[in-house]
Amino acid sequence: MTETSTNESAALALENVGKRFGSVIALQDVSMRVPRQQVTCVLGDNGAGKSTLIKILSGVHTPTEGQMYVDGEPTTFNSPREALDNGIATVYQDLATVPLMAVWRNFYLGNEPTKGFWPFRGLRTKYAKESCKSELAQMGIDIRDPDQPVGTLSGGERQAVSIARAIHFGANVLILDEPTSALGVKQSGVVLKHIRTAAESGISVVFITHNPHHAYLVGDNFYLLNRGRMLAEYTKETVSREELVKAMAGGAELDALAHELGAEG
Amino acid sequence: MSTTTAVDDRVATTSSITRIMRRPEIGAAMGALVVYIFFAFVDQTGTFFSLDGTARWTDVASTYGIIAVAVAMLMIGGEFDLSSGVMIGSSGLFAGLLITEYNIAVWPAILLTFVFAAGIGFTNGWLVVTTGLPSFIVTLAMFFSLRGINLGVTKVLTDTVRVAGVDEGADGGVRPGFASAETVFASTLTQYNFRIAVVWWIVLTIIATLVLTRTKFGNWIYAVGGDQNAARNTGVPVRRTKIILFMYVSMSSCLVGIISLTRLKSMQAGQGVTQEFIFIIAAVVGGCLLTGGYGSAIGGTIGAAIIGMAFIGIAYAQWNTDWTWLFLGLILFAAVFTNSLIRRRFQGARR
Repeated sequence: MTETSTNESAALALENVGKRFGSVIALQDVSMRVPRQQVTCVLGDNGAGKSTLIKILSGVHTPTEGQMYVDGEPTTFNSPREALDNGIATVYQDLATVPLMAVWRNFYLGNEPTKGFWPFRGLRTKYAKESCKSELAQMGIDIRDPDQPVGTLSGGERQAVSIARAIHFGANVLILDEPTSALGVKQSGVVLKHIRTAAESGISVVFITHNPHHAYLVGDNFYLLNRGRMLAEYTKETVSREELVKAMAGGAELDALAHELGAEG
Repeated sequence: MSTTTAVDDRVATTSSITRIMRRPEIGAAMGALVVYIFFAFVDQTGTFFSLDGTARWTDVASTYGIIAVAVAMLMIGGEFDLSSGVMIGSSGLFAGLLITEYNIAVWPAILLTFVFAAGIGFTNGWLVVTTGLPSFIVTLAMFFSLRGINLGVTKVLTDTVRVAGVDEGADGGVRPGFASAETVFASTLTQYNFRIAVVWWIVLTIIATLVLTRTKFGNWIYAVGGDQNAARNTGVPVRRTKIILFMYVSMSSCLVGIISLTRLKSMQAGQGVTQEFIFIIAAVVGGCLLTGGYGSAIGGTIGAAIIGMAFIGIAYAQWNTDWTWLFLGLILFAAVFTNSLIRRRFQGARR
């Protein structure tokens, strides 16, 4: 009973969720909770099942076993649009903005503010440009000119525009798929800062990454995924960065590797 | 500008000249000016520069431009339509045969033809988004199919390769409704013989520009051409957007087909074939990227204007008109080369 009561307090929760593709078991018996206004990190190496997990959370896949809860309510998503309507927004790496389009056009893509009535319903371009600039400024992103193409922004800024957009359009839960994997150190820092800002402004964040350093910097809770199973669960209080790095790298395996390579400890 | 405090100081580097140079059609606009001056200079008849001459080249440009604007929008949306030329013939024949062989009244026949064209465009678009095959292939198949159907059906129904007598009524007079159709699609304005097609061309360019820059749908067109996956992830109806664009191209070809039919009062089965590349040239000269996601409607219009000037200008210079094709080839290369130079110079990271 305690299990369900804790699920109710979470913005998003999975209970014994599994996903099979024919005979392939992609996820098995995965339970996790995404507490409100916290950053929940899902760590895993390539092939750990991170992608499948994201796709279940964002409504692309329906789980074959187990149950998903949104605000404590048992929920099943049949499409990404349903997840979006429930306030769950996903920011995919590199797949969120159109490089040749202006920043403001990207920001409002799919949710364009309009005025007038058909067939004279026009875009509110002036309002869109100004509000895009101020929305981004609130996130700490200083855009020089909302008319400049997104392609001229740095990778970190582009990722930040996607995050700001998801927040602006009423996301309660923000799922970030490897937002820092393609970025340099400094740009990663910028994105991590935005993740923290998002959580502080009341959004529950799911941060999927294979980088334990990045996860430890911003995370409140940590889940370790390996071979389709949830291997371990930590909170910031119960784990140190070293432990997290070690757990992520496979602990004993890393020791053995270090020994083999003749590196020191 | 300097009085407003809200302006970011770093925007100062973006001068108004850079802003103008960033427009996709700027290369074409400068090119059009050069071409215009060139043909005014080599003109042997003294008419190119006059209103009569202007009426002539805008007439040629308008029938290309009506479709080039649609093709430009489709290219911005990331697709091609090679059946846009043959569709002129198909729609002209379709309307002509309905009127002469099946005795359907002129206006209902024209209406039915637009429905037919919308259906062909829908088929193109639906096949492209459903099969995932390149639109180059899908519309090439449509091009050859229509080319065959145009000849085959016309021969079966008329025993010739043309449909004639669209204007002839049963009692030897003018067919009812033809006069009003002629007014709408084929009349001349003013004493300089400006054709009404020019009005269609300008109005459609303005509407297309407004749609592209000022509507939600315009935003979607740029998005589906720029990055289809990103567009889909942000909730843009990618399939619908593309299908509508294909329908628009077919229907603009249909408009030109009806214009030809009402002007000539007859239609050849081979009409329009080989013109599909002229529309693509106009769009590309006007600054559209072959890869999609970039360009403008006015660019297609300027491209068509250059082509119109070339066709008429070469005739007025009293050169052999065979040289027109060489000229188009050179213009195409020069325009695309200049466009990419300008883009690199003024847009930094933009490809």
